[in-house]
Amino acid sequence: MSFKTVFTPAIPAIIAANAPKIVAQDVNVYYGEKSAIKELSITIPDKAVSAFIGPSGCGKSTFLRSINRMNDTIPSCRVTGKIAFDGMDIYDRAVDVVELRARIGMVFQKPNPFPKSIFENVAYGVRIHGLAKDKVDLERIVTESLQRASLWDEVKDRLAHAGTGLSGGQQQRLCIARAIAVNPEVILMDEPCSALDPIATARIEELISDLKQNFCIVIVTHSMQQAARVSDLTAFFHLGTLVEVGDTDAVFTNPQEKRTQDYITGRFG
Amino acid sequence: MPNFTSSPRTLKRNRSERIFRAICQSAIALTALFLVFLISNLAINAIPSLTQYVVRLSLVVDPAKVDATQIAAGDFQAIVRTAIAAEFPDVTAKPEKKKLVKLFSTSIAENLQRQVTADPSLIGKTITVEGPLAADADSFLKGQQMSVSALGENSDFEARALAKLKEAGKLTREFSWSLLTNGDSRSPEKAGLRGAFMGSLFTIAITLLVALPLGVAAALYLEEFARQSRLRDLIEVNINNLAAVPSIIFGLLGLAVFVNKFGLPRSSPLVGGLVLALLVLPTIIIASRAALRSVPPSIREAALGVGASHQQSVFHHVLPLAVPGILTGTILGVARALGETAPLLMIGMVAFIADVPTRITDAATALPVQVYLWSALPEAAFRSRTSVAILALLIVLFVFNALAIWLRNRFERRW
Amino acid sequence: MTTTSLNLTKKYRLRHYTEPVVFSLMLGASFFAVLTTLGIVLSVASESYRFFSAVPLQSFLFGTEWAPSSPIPSFGFVPLIVGTLLITIIALAVAAPIGILSAVYMAEYATPRARAFAKPLLELLAGIPTVVLGFFAALTVAPFIRAMGAQVGLTIASESALAAGLVMGMMIVPLISSLSDDVINAVPQAMRDGSYAMGATQSETIRKVVLPAAFPGIVSAFILAISRAIGETMIVVMAAGLAPNLSINPLAAVTTVTVQINAMLVGDQEFDSAKTLSAFALGLTLFVLTLILNVIALRVVRQYKEHYA
Repeated sequence: MSFKTVFTPAIPAIIAANAPKIVAQDVNVYYGEKSAIKELSITIPDKAVSAFIGPSGCGKSTFLRSINRMNDTIPSCRVTGKIAFDGMDIYDRAVDVVELRARIGMVFQKPNPFPKSIFENVAYGVRIHGLAKDKVDLERIVTESLQRASLWDEVKDRLAHAGTGLSGGQQQRLCIARAIAVNPEVILMDEPCSALDPIATARIEELISDLKQNFCIVIVTHSMQQAARVSDLTAFFHLGTLVEVGDTDAVFTNPQEKRTQDYITGRFG
Repeated sequence: MPNFTSSPRTLKRNRSERIFRAICQSAIALTALFLVFLISNLAINAIPSLTQYVVRLSLVVDPAKVDATQIAAGDFQAIVRTAIAAEFPDVTAKPEKKKLVKLFSTSIAENLQRQVTADPSLIGKTITVEGPLAADADSFLKGQQMSVSALGENSDFEARALAKLKEAGKLTREFSWSLLTNGDSRSPEKAGLRGAFMGSLFTIAITLLVALPLGVAAALYLEEFARQSRLRDLIEVNINNLAAVPSIIFGLLGLAVFVNKFGLPRSSPLVGGLVLALLVLPTIIIASRAALRSVPPSIREAALGVGASHQQSVFHHVLPLAVPGILTGTILGVARALGETAPLLMIGMVAFIADVPTRITDAATALPVQVYLWSALPEAAFRSRTSVAILALLIVLFVFNALAIWLRNRFERRW
Repeated sequence: MTTTSLNLTKKYRLRHYTEPVVFSLMLGASFFAVLTTLGIVLSVASESYRFFSAVPLQSFLFGTEWAPSSPIPSFGFVPLIVGTLLITIIALAVAAPIGILSAVYMAEYATPRARAFAKPLLELLAGIPTVVLGFFAALTVAPFIRAMGAQVGLTIASESALAAGLVMGMMIVPLISSLSDDVINAVPQAMRDGSYAMGATQSETIRKVVLPAAFPGIVSAFILAISRAIGETMIVVMAAGLAPNLSINPLAAVTTVTVQINAMLVGDQEFDSAKTLSAFALGLTLFVLTLILNVIALRVVRQYKEHYA
């Protein structure tokens, strides 16, 4: 079986136009003996939204979790190959995951606010990384982050209330605000809308489009419509391999690989 | 290129991570240390009592002191006293003779009586009788006491006498079987655990006979038959609360109801067993319910599907599959009952009882209560024997727990 | 060809007679729990009623002198509850940190192999009868503490609250750690992932996210531990002594509710004396106290479970 990835077009326009942020080369991920990602290579552009699509179990979430080394928390998980962040191999021995994750934020499938107040949820990362000079500075950062996550107007009067008391969509935006607060360069989103209703989903998608001005965003989604709506680059995963990657328009209108075509036209998945 | 190496701040955070982790590990280590210290302390204390100095006296069964027709009335102590005096011909003063007698256990005379009763033809003959030294002399020889007298008085005379016996080869150090085969006694060298063992055995048998059927029946009702109702809630709340009621309260209940109202014999394993049954009932119910719950609904449906009644499906299919889990829970509950002391104190199973109980209505004590009783006695020999009693108790508990674990591993099924 | 007819009407088979009987037997068995509670309340309460008809309730509850054997006996509960609470506090001061940190270690740090070692260790400790711990407290820990005190010039009672409290603390460690282990494991993994993804270290995640999330469960573990400590008998009977001193000095000898219940009932005496009956009054107080604590703990735990259900 060939692990060769098809590029659509040969050099996607978004990669040509934007600086590369993350470059993965020949990445393999194993869970114990089982291989979850095989020989994956991809370039993820800065200041753009890249979407990973594919049927469930294809390895898209696994690869996403390798980018901020969240897989380290699973004892049986092993990663080989190279994933470079601005040219620095993140699996290098000298890398401190704590520093790494401060620059690569993550938003999860199910909103997971901490059992603390709204304010404390956003302040959490700022505090542990010591990013605020004083209390005023901390309040400024929290306010800004909530504003950038377009949650401020809804919660400004109840910052001391529990974060878990918000609606699902608000919780997810709170988690995004929490990630933004430590000023990362990359935000990874693992199916961030799968637990939300359509209206909340629309707000998050809108937010993602706003955020790409400043961040490199990688989103895993099982919704092809969502990928088509929000992303600039689309990567199609199947059975642990990256089948096809290219400008979103090109992949959806003119896929080169038969498997990609079958998936986006709904023949499997 | 970005730099992901640890910043000074992160280095500090990583250091506090290591410290926190080490603190957590040391909490477990502290617990382990406590256990090791506890057990080794007990073992070291117990060692002296595992062996006993046994003396062999050759003596004449004087017909003047024992009448063949009335052996029980014979003065065997006097015969032993004569034999002791014969061992030390150069001691003539009366107070010193008395001191010598005190070095030997009175059980030598009891052994002699037993031998003569078994074979009256021994009267008039010269025979050899064995028996332990008195506890103080024994403790002194083992180095537990600086002086033969427990009060620490000058005992050079006794020490010389013992040295003489030892040199003459009359003393041997043997495993103290009497510790397992004798009943309780005021004299340490005669005291044994048999009474406590039997008391515990009777008590636990009653507990098991009462608590197991009641517990399983209650669990079956609550898990398989009860509908969601006020009554069921009431019963469940009761069970949960009873599980956390201090054990001493169950003792008060036993005293007020079983002893005073029903007039059951005080200090008896019957009452003790009933009290402990009530005590472990919640544990058995909770464990049995968990075992029943782990049987998948498909089993019940399959039985109902071939036309079994609700009760038939439960008794023919669900209950047999839950038996290992129920037994595991029951054994653990019984092990807990076996170590309980406080409720037994309340119902009076705490008296000094030299006789080994033969019925469930006899006054008796139990193994943990024996530990409590012995621990309060001043003699060094009893302190060491308390450690032996504790080790015996722990070994029994260990066997119970090992059995429960074996059952769980052997029969546990993952659905 | 023969036809087998299936008779679907209710046939009066044997089981239609036996099943109701079996059912009522099971119902009766489960009623035993209610009966036991009722028995405790009625018997202990009725004896207590007789006690309180001789000794006024307020002089029991607020009296500061406990002297049941003196010519003019006084039954003041205060020194007993103060002694009980003193020992409980010492026990909790030992058990709370060790128990929680052990639970954190087992739930968060331990490899499966280390867990397979640590868990049976705690179960072993939990299985040691309290009479054994009492013996250890009275004959090893108390003399040790006394000798240590003598080294630094402190006079420590041979039956000090400290010795009983320390050993009782070790007794409670398995209770706190197993309950805390359960609640820590019940904290959703998503909560931890959220924290790790922010770049938090493991200890920051534990201290700032996991433990706060598990807090209600840990509180209920504490309450149950207090209830267990208050009701514990053998350790204090053997190591704390009988002296009803009204003192909060951990180096002094104090007595507890359970010690006095035992002291009032052990030995031969007439069953109707105020002294004997006082044991039941103490028992009732103990029962009510622990019942309240247990109800609170169960309620806290239920709310916690609903929160994460």
